[in-house]
Amino acid sequence: MFQHDRLNNEITFLQKIKNLDYILLISVILLSVVSVFIMYSTDGGEILFHTKNHFIKLLVFFPLMIFVAFFNIKFWHNFSYIIYFIVIILLIYVSFFGIKSSGSQRWMDLYLFVLQPSELMKIAIIMCLAKYYNRLKIENVNSFTSITIVLSIIFIPVIFVVSQPDLGTSILIALSGLIILWLGGVKIKYFIYSFFTFLISLPFIISFLKPYQKLRILTFLDPDRDPLGAGYQIIQSKIAIGSGGLNGKGFLKGTQSYLDFLPEKHTDFIFTLFSEEFGFIGSVLLLILYSIIIFRIIRIGSISRSNFARLFCFGYAFAIFIYIVVNLSMVLGLLPIVGSPLPIMSYGGSSMLATMIGFGIVLSAKINHKQVIA
Amino acid sequence: MIKSNSGIRKADVINRRMFIIGVAKVVVFAGIVTRLFSLQINENKKYLTLSDKNRIREWKLPPTRGNIVDYFGNIIAGNLKVYQLHIIPEQVENFNYLLVRLKNLLNLSEKKIAKINKLKLELKPWDSIIVSENLSWSQFVKINNYLYDLVGVKPVMTISRNYPFKDVYTHILGYVSQPNEQEILDSQIIQEKFVPGMKIGKLGLEKRLENHLIGTNAIQRYEVNAYGKRINQLEHQKGKQGSKIRLTVDTEIQKACAELLTDKAGSISVMDVYTGDIIAMYSSPSYDPNLFLFGISQDEWQLIRNNPLKPLINKTLSGLYSPGSTIKPIVALSALENNVIDTKFKVKCTGKMELYGQTFHCWKEKGHGWVSLKNAMKQSCDTYFYEVSRLLGVDRLNLTAEKFGLGKKVLGDYFDVEKKGLFPNTKWKKNNLGKGWVLGETLITGIGQGYIQSTPLQLCMMTAQIANGGYAIKPKIVVDSNPISYEDAKQSMENELLFNKDSELLRDKKLFKNKKNIKIVQEAMFSSTNERFGTSYKSRIDDPKYQFAGKTGTAQVKRISKRERELDLELQQIPYKDRDHALYVAYGPYINPRYAMSIIVEHGGSGSKAAAPIAKKLFKLIIDRHDLRNEQSNFERITV
Repeated sequence: MFQHDRLNNEITFLQKIKNLDYILLISVILLSVVSVFIMYSTDGGEILFHTKNHFIKLLVFFPLMIFVAFFNIKFWHNFSYIIYFIVIILLIYVSFFGIKSSGSQRWMDLYLFVLQPSELMKIAIIMCLAKYYNRLKIENVNSFTSITIVLSIIFIPVIFVVSQPDLGTSILIALSGLIILWLGGVKIKYFIYSFFTFLISLPFIISFLKPYQKLRILTFLDPDRDPLGAGYQIIQSKIAIGSGGLNGKGFLKGTQSYLDFLPEKHTDFIFTLFSEEFGFIGSVLLLILYSIIIFRIIRIGSISRSNFARLFCFGYAFAIFIYIVVNLSMVLGLLPIVGSPLPIMSYGGSSMLATMIGFGIVLSAKINHKQVIA
Repeated sequence: MIKSNSGIRKADVINRRMFIIGVAKVVVFAGIVTRLFSLQINENKKYLTLSDKNRIREWKLPPTRGNIVDYFGNIIAGNLKVYQLHIIPEQVENFNYLLVRLKNLLNLSEKKIAKINKLKLELKPWDSIIVSENLSWSQFVKINNYLYDLVGVKPVMTISRNYPFKDVYTHILGYVSQPNEQEILDSQIIQEKFVPGMKIGKLGLEKRLENHLIGTNAIQRYEVNAYGKRINQLEHQKGKQGSKIRLTVDTEIQKACAELLTDKAGSISVMDVYTGDIIAMYSSPSYDPNLFLFGISQDEWQLIRNNPLKPLINKTLSGLYSPGSTIKPIVALSALENNVIDTKFKVKCTGKMELYGQTFHCWKEKGHGWVSLKNAMKQSCDTYFYEVSRLLGVDRLNLTAEKFGLGKKVLGDYFDVEKKGLFPNTKWKKNNLGKGWVLGETLITGIGQGYIQSTPLQLCMMTAQIANGGYAIKPKIVVDSNPISYEDAKQSMENELLFNKDSELLRDKKLFKNKKNIKIVQEAMFSSTNERFGTSYKSRIDDPKYQFAGKTGTAQVKRISKRERELDLELQQIPYKDRDHALYVAYGPYINPRYAMSIIVEHGGSGSKAAAPIAKKLFKLIIDRHDLRNEQSNFERITV
């Protein structure tokens, strides 16, 4: 066994490069390029703050992704728990000493940039649970102990994030974790039962929501009840997307964003701007690009020999999918507004860092897909 | 190996579960694409409209009013470029410094500065504050010279109403000013076109013809951002200037009237006796309507309001006067028509007439002796007309007078301010005062005193209808779509008489029973002006081209007491308020009459001294301009 590991570890640098998944890589590069152009458009067709910073972040995080990829997947497997605990500690740190901004406390200052640990948790939770299920005997998957443990793994960070408060990210973390439970083989009936339990307890949960969160849900149900207030974002976003039409208004010609009708256009509503300027065709092409990325990640997972890599890839593919779905449903008026960025496209360092690390681990899994992890 | 087996089994589970998720993903993505399709393809139009509604804001600009021109096409109410000064607060670097600079450059008052500061707080930073609506050229140049130092200041050129003849036409045209809330609410058209800074007619024709003059707004489209700030100018939709209105008036004559009444309170009206065109209509004193355009200052307003000569009253239309002796032609005509008198009928004037113990005085204390109609008219013998009206009775006199337009509005609904006046009869007194008519009242009605009240324009029309041979005319001040020339009008009057003797139309138009009677009255009026001892003999013109016939009138403002009669005071010795109004009605040339006029000088004393000389000066000018006027009769036709 040990020798086998050694053998794998001796993959030369050139082989590593050769083994990278180029379709995934090219897709990520393409997405990055598009994101820079869109950021340029949000700046009103000038290279201003957002464009510059977004570009610099890409320049830093893209090599970081390759760097991550060059570590053996086993390395990431070994450090999964530790990473998870480090992120938990960061979450605890943030809940005490974090930077406050517009009513929530999510960030920590790292001099060079401001880190949002909850974004890192999106990856860490997948790694942690992947490792857990990799080890767990299939017979024990549905045992009370194991389910208690995995639920704790999921809900400890979720509680921290909810209390920041950051409903969007906590939902994404919870979903990312739950998908590993699903993949790991937890009985379907448990999912069904807990889904109904959730439905029944929903009114109870709502009563715990902050007033602004309740307002968002009400607004989602009827955006016209307060068109200039809470419903404004949804209405303006739908107008922007709808007015884009088949071909869009053209690059830098999205009047809704150019004239400041779009809120949060750099972050959560970046797709709105893209869709206004590039229309239905552009939007579908973007979805196809995302689909290729997701498909490649699943493919890498399915050729991986280790279940850790497989679980991580499948889980991560689902996470990416969920980020996209939540974000698009929100801007299309299909879901209430919960802050959730669009991977790579949205402005925001922590989200991009987490996404790139995720891609890096996936690429590592590709390079080392023959690696066996006990 | 067991481990490895377990690993493979686990991998199977994972793969199977992944497959289920994969299917779910495809379904969800398909759902999102469907949503995109419905928004961007199906509902594209709806959202495009909403997006345009978001970004495009329309600004209406004030419409340009139509010009009003006189009969000769001279602009009497036009539009002028004015220079304005605007401040755009968001562009200003140092607002206080700017205000100090402007204050020094334009001599702005402290009040104005305070107002600007207040506006600055009320308006959005990109909305412009109008510092001055009407800069003089020199101020405009000054501002432009210092523009480098006045950051945020914008000199603007815009259009404003202008009355080039100042006070000459005020009572006809009125003026424009900012509408008040009620005026906006009252008129649908104004409501639609209203923009801040727009001005509407407040008085006179400017008000009456508002809907024709107003024009259509130019529309400026701007792209705005979410905060309403203008970003880009889009296409500009030009407005249409309001209709041009042509009046029947002659500026030269109007100006002459104004000059002749300088420093006097009174009125002159001149009318074409065939077409009814009003050639001039001036009420004195007048005021400059340009003062109202940018808001009149309190001082100027008080000056106009408190002027004892009452410039705000349109005396031609709403001044009610006793016609005095100017009514005598109608009394004579009525008596002739009713066969009460003939030309040979004579009355002995002893200077007074007794009736049921009451004494009615003739203006000539010594009396005129035996007088016939002609002499009575010439010398304006009151005793003769007392006797004639006693014989005639007020009701028959009333019928004739109303036929000639007394007691009715002359211009119909053109001017709100026009008054009906009053020509009394027995029924009127019974209905309105509840008392029976007294014969003495008939006597004083016969010399144009008592209840009788007329406007100067009514007297002018009455004279015009005597001058044209006794045909009804419809006076007008705006040239209508089918203006009829004086010759055509004259021709048609005579032709109708010849060929359609009994037509319905003619019955309304013909004001006499016997044409000879009109002629008699005309001759009597001629003698009054052109024969020795005539009351206006001194104001005659011998040249037949200009020769005119007329009748003076002196209307008492208060009852003359016995003492005053004995004193026989000179005009200057009587307090202004108590002096008689001087009146004169006339038409000319005597042969082939063309124009009628009425003149009234308030508190001017006797008609022969104060009013008739004005007619002499005017007639020459009016008749000299006759041919010029004829040439204009086919000048562009403007529909109103």
